[in-house]
Amino acid sequence: MTAVMGTVMGTSLRRKEDPRLLTGEARFVDDLVLPGARWLAMVRSPEAHARITAIDATAALDTPGVEAVLTGKELREAWTQPMPCAWPVTDDMKNPVHFPVAVDEACYVGDIVAVVVASSRYAARDGAEAVDVTYERLPAVVDLEDALSDRVLVHEGLGTNRSYTWTLAPDPPAVDRAFAGAAHTVRARYVQQRLIPEAMEPRGVAVVPQPVGGEIVLYSSTQIPHILRVMVGLTLGIPEQKVRIIAPAVGGGFGSKLNVYAEELIAVALARRLGGPVRWTEERRENAVATIQGRGQIQDIELAADADGKVTAVRVQILADMGAYLQLVTPGIPLLGAFLYHGVYAIPAYSFECTGVFTTKTPTDAYRGAGRPEASYAIERAMDEMAHEIGLAPDEIRRRNYIQPEQFPYASPAGLTFDSGDYEPTLDRALELVGYEGIRKEQADRRASGSTRHLGVGMATYVEMCGLAPSRVLASLNYVAGGWESATVRLLPTGKAQVVSGTTPHGQGHETCWSMIVADKFGIDPDDVEVLHSDTAVSPLGLDTYGSRSLAVGGVAVELAAQKVLDKARLIAAHQMEANEDDLEFVGGAFQVKGSPASAVPIQALAFEAFTAHNLPDGMEPNLAEQVTFDPPNFVFPFGTHAAVVEVDEETGEIRLLDYAAVDDCGNQVNPMIVAGQLHGGIVQGIAQALWEEAVYDEDGQLLNATLVDYLVPTAAELPNFKLDHTVTPSPTNSLGVKGVGEAGTIGSAPTIINAVVDALSHLGIRDVTMPATPQRVWKLIEEAKAR
Amino acid sequence: MITAPFDYVRADSVDHAVQLLGTHGEDAKLLAGGHSLLPLMKLRLATPSVLIDVGRLAELSYVRDGGDHVAIGALTSHHDVATSDMVATDVPLLRRVAGQIGDPQVRHLGTIGGSVVHGDPASDMPAAMLALRATFVTVGPGGQREHSVDGFFTGFLETAIGADEVLTEIRVPKVPMAGWSFQKFQRRAQDWAVVGVACVRNDTVGIGLVNMGSTSLRATAVEDALGSGASIADAAALADEGTEPVDDLNASPEYRRHLAHVLVRRALEEASR
Ligand SMILES: Cc1cc2nc3c(=O)[nH]c(=O)nc-3n(C[C@H](O)[C@H](O)[C@H](O)COP(=O)(O)OP(=O)(O)OC[C@H]3O[C@@H](n4cnc5c(N)ncnc54)[C@H](O)[C@@H]3O)c2cc1C
Repeated sequence: MTAVMGTVMGTSLRRKEDPRLLTGEARFVDDLVLPGARWLAMVRSPEAHARITAIDATAALDTPGVEAVLTGKELREAWTQPMPCAWPVTDDMKNPVHFPVAVDEACYVGDIVAVVVASSRYAARDGAEAVDVTYERLPAVVDLEDALSDRVLVHEGLGTNRSYTWTLAPDPPAVDRAFAGAAHTVRARYVQQRLIPEAMEPRGVAVVPQPVGGEIVLYSSTQIPHILRVMVGLTLGIPEQKVRIIAPAVGGGFGSKLNVYAEELIAVALARRLGGPVRWTEERRENAVATIQGRGQIQDIELAADADGKVTAVRVQILADMGAYLQLVTPGIPLLGAFLYHGVYAIPAYSFECTGVFTTKTPTDAYRGAGRPEASYAIERAMDEMAHEIGLAPDEIRRRNYIQPEQFPYASPAGLTFDSGDYEPTLDRALELVGYEGIRKEQADRRASGSTRHLGVGMATYVEMCGLAPSRVLASLNYVAGGWESATVRLLPTGKAQVVSGTTPHGQGHETCWSMIVADKFGIDPDDVEVLHSDTAVSPLGLDTYGSRSLAVGGVAVELAAQKVLDKARLIAAHQMEANEDDLEFVGGAFQVKGSPASAVPIQALAFEAFTAHNLPDGMEPNLAEQVTFDPPNFVFPFGTHAAVVEVDEETGEIRLLDYAAVDDCGNQVNPMIVAGQLHGGIVQGIAQALWEEAVYDEDGQLLNATLVDYLVPTAAELPNFKLDHTVTPSPTNSLGVKGVGEAGTIGSAPTIINAVVDALSHLGIRDVTMPATPQRVWKLIEEAKAR
Repeated sequence: MITAPFDYVRADSVDHAVQLLGTHGEDAKLLAGGHSLLPLMKLRLATPSVLIDVGRLAELSYVRDGGDHVAIGALTSHHDVATSDMVATDVPLLRRVAGQIGDPQVRHLGTIGGSVVHGDPASDMPAAMLALRATFVTVGPGGQREHSVDGFFTGFLETAIGADEVLTEIRVPKVPMAGWSFQKFQRRAQDWAVVGVACVRNDTVGIGLVNMGSTSLRATAVEDALGSGASIADAAALADEGTEPVDDLNASPEYRRHLAHVLVRRALEEASR
């Protein structure tokens, strides 16, 4: 089943994308030259919750260059439907009506209340500053439990802040029995702070109505051109076929561009109204409030274990912050973690419940890992807590509970089938890489000497479900679309290959990897493969890039399409060589009669034959071009163990990350360099959550750290060189044997770091540190511990 | 992140700059490296109507031997200060401080003069000036003036320099044999200090504090206690005397006071080695 890695696959081929990115040749939305385009600027609510009582545009309209100011009321009839939420997780989910421009009430700081149209970007911005909006302040609600109490309602009309409660409890009595009979139990509360995705390129939109045919071209810095096209059609009442979406070079997304945003819809509406091109580029500070945020959960987790430290049950309750509105997949994010709270352990009894609650803050949605980092954090922190409770070493409790290799495919208590896995070797290797025994010894020495610089070592083994997703499973979760992916592979007359991809890269390296898959299949040079993507006119079929799905679903579709092309080429070769196709072999890019190199016909020659169609088998259609739509039979389940060594300065609370090892298993690796790149970035994002990043809101719902001076994204200077290694356990459910790796780093790293910090401080009686573990927070904990 | 509208003029000389300041009045601002002023303008926290660019005045970019002091032109970049041999030999503390400001881009564009005149209590350079007892030379319509560092930092983003004056030179007494230390407690390598301590010690001691109040501060109580023979530990316990540290996302006033104790002690220990 598993593809044999050839001469190209499995090598660290340099990325095709990089020269144009590094030389500045790549064109992002803001780089597009669009003569005559008007610029838009959004007037955003400075209040977290307020009634809009008046909007006075007089001064704005007097600003040189400003052409128009449009309010929510004036634009109301432009929308045939409210902003879309594609994941109504329960039948009774509450979903407040949400228009691109607020009509009567603003529900978070950043909510759009008016739009300025001007001849230049600067005029638009000055005009926005000059719009005078009168607000009648309403109370804000920021804290999740406060929101749940309905003391203050975000949306009066809903009568409650509770959006939904979603339960996954296959056998509640079994869970109760396990807790009743447990030798040990632990109970912990963890807080997943809100994070700002901070893609390097903020969002941008440009809309160009075509002079003939009535087509609208929407350029957007989006991860999801295909989904966007459908949603633009629906919310604006435009026939879908009249909308073309192009995502040019896109500078990262991390899930934040997996959305349908107000500005996209506003730009289309205004371009149609004005009959000419319009554009908008998000500012960095605007990005912090106007683009979705990630995480935002309170997690209550309980574990039951027997006397040997075998964990017998896990019970989880989540309170998830929706923010003010439901964006594209807001309510579904916690569900992507709902199946994984038993982690890598064979825990028989399982119970999960999540309540989504509205607050007067920027909506949350997908952010790298989306639900799975949260799950992995809770179980990996709780396992350390259980180890401490029982008096076991953290590695030992993990070894006692891992799902064993012979248990795969593993029917999980939450109802999934884990495809393949072998967890313990990744733990062994990660501990070896950080020199676990030596660190433990030095830790003991330091403690004995009374040093104020405490060493800690932490570890976490994670598993995640990715490769979104089997369409039928999505149906069972109430998601409104499928999870398949499409690819077309063509061999052109000159022997060059063309791939049309339904997945839509924004930094990952799809062009390189898809070229490698096809080059390997045909025995041609990867530079002879061109990958087309991210333009709905070129690639009309696709479900885009998110959820570590591109390779495991889209890449597999490419491989299957290439195989179909090769199969057809074989028929042509057999026909022309007057041989039986079973007597042919494909060697070095050519078909030959087995063992007879003299008979070889290169694939390029067959491409030309297919094109001329002068001599094809009877009934065969000309050309070598095949399209495949692959609906994965299952998710894929990558896994790994990360380990970290930290030093905590008792006097200041400062944490220094001394060493970091990650041993990940994403099955077969198409390009190990790209895998390492994904891991590096992912690991940093998880470490960032553990130590630096948090969107901090005050009680009035004001975001206090909207700039990159205050919102602390770590840099290379704060981090050690990561020690990466891997094991290879191919997935048996796809032809490439691959699993996703885009989110893995983020899923493994946050619990690893906090486990290490707690380990460093455990002898002082400290059992937990809330993320981010800032020096001040750690210092306070130490002071409190000393005072006890 | 887009500034309010403004006009831009470039000064050809110090005198020209002074003249332009006179012409454009209160709403004009000098632009040096722009690494403090432009961020404020982008956030629309500063909205000068005219920028007078002195950034290219080569005549104000130098490090010279002034006999008992090192003379540094106000427009000398942090990078040039950090890589000057004379600074390294005669005021090694300054070299360290300049070398830890921001990141390489900030150090190549930001200037020592801009740092001093900006008067940001979170900046490192003013605290180093206090520790080193520097003197500032300014030129205005009334001619040249000298300012002692003590009394120069008058308030948050306010200094004793007149709105019609240009800072031209910074004079730093040579202290080649002194012990010194710079303790910068920061969240990330390119960040401003949560709390910082610049310290020079020979027969006397100079200690400047970063981010412990609305201006850069001298740790007078510590200096006095050491002068009267107190131990390092006892003196360091006075580090927060007379300070009024701010409350922000990185640190509460209480935590800043604690950090000041720890960092002043560490600085004194290092400078006394
Ligand atoms: C990302 C970043 C990180 C930074 N990190 C640090 C740090 O860690 N530590 C630190 O100390 N600083 C830091 N800075 C600030 C940096 O040091 C600035 O360069 C410095 O504060 C100001 O110098 P400038 O030349 O850029 O001044 P400008 O921004 O050009 O001017 C600042 C002010 O001084 C006035 N001015 C400038 N020159 C003169 C003159 N010759 N005479 C009269 N008035 C003048 C201007 O009118 C303005 O009011 C950082 C800045 C950035 C952007």
